Amino acid sequence: MSQVRALIVDDSSVMRKIVERSLRQAGLELSSVIEAGNGAEALGLLDTNVVDLILSDINMPVMDGLEFVRQVQTVEKLRHIPVVMITTEGSESNVVQALSLGAKGYIRKPFTPDQVKEHVLPVLGL
Amino acid sequence: MTMTQSFFENPQPGAVFDRESWTPMLELSTREVFQIMLGSSLHHLAARPEACRMEFTALVGLAGSLCGVLSIRCSNYSARVMASKMLGLPADQVDSDSLDALGEIANMIAGNFKGKLSGIGNHCMLSVPTIIVGTDYETRSIADGHTIDTLFDFESLPLSVTLEYHE
Repeated sequence: MSQVRALIVDDSSVMRKIVERSLRQAGLELSSVIEAGNGAEALGLLDTNVVDLILSDINMPVMDGLEFVRQVQTVEKLRHIPVVMITTEGSESNVVQALSLGAKGYIRKPFTPDQVKEHVLPVLGL
Repeated sequence: MTMTQSFFENPQPGAVFDRESWTPMLELSTREVFQIMLGSSLHHLAARPEACRMEFTALVGLAGSLCGVLSIRCSNYSARVMASKMLGLPADQVDSDSLDALGEIANMIAGNFKGKLSGIGNHCMLSVPTIIVGTDYETRSIADGHTIDTLFDFESLPLSVTLEYHE
């Protein structure tokens, strides 16, 4: 995969920009990046956009990241997209729940670009 | 295994929190966030300079096995510098991002701190951050609460990180 289309879901616009920068620093060539402030907004964007990778926070207003992952898995055309959680909610129970709902990886804030690389590239088969 | 380790791994209802160990843990949690996300080393500050106005406050609530509020206070300029360092942009280009950055820093400090409390952090949830702009407000401590106050020097300006909690 040479060009990656990414969806970044976080209620912090600063964090969305940092995640995008970290993806580029990890060596990913991003052909497009779309952003959402919560899970509901992200589901709306996925109606009309095709992406190869989703990075999502957990603790968000309106629809949190766990419910977002659960809903992604219920949609046939979306469930193949790897979802990596990036969150401060790094407790063991949250990790287990996110992975059981279908998330493919988990990065805990604060994070370094190397950690993003370590967790994101494998889920893309890179 | 020390008594502190034992408590963190197997918290008992009604047990007394070891507050002495929490102060260095909060300081470490704060330093790690600033080092990793901003590339900044924080230095301990003994006292807050009288003249410094700290008009930005970010609050993150904790609920569950640990209940309380973590707050971070700093000046408008400090918040802009934080956003600038997080985004890799000049400070004059990050005005609209400074409040968001401060809230996210508070969120990461709270998450990092509770993640270090083995046996407690798993049963503690964080709220989304709330930002207060201005200094003309009054806070009332929670009943039977305890306070951990830490003060740092960030880019030659004071930065206060406080945890109020109750057992």
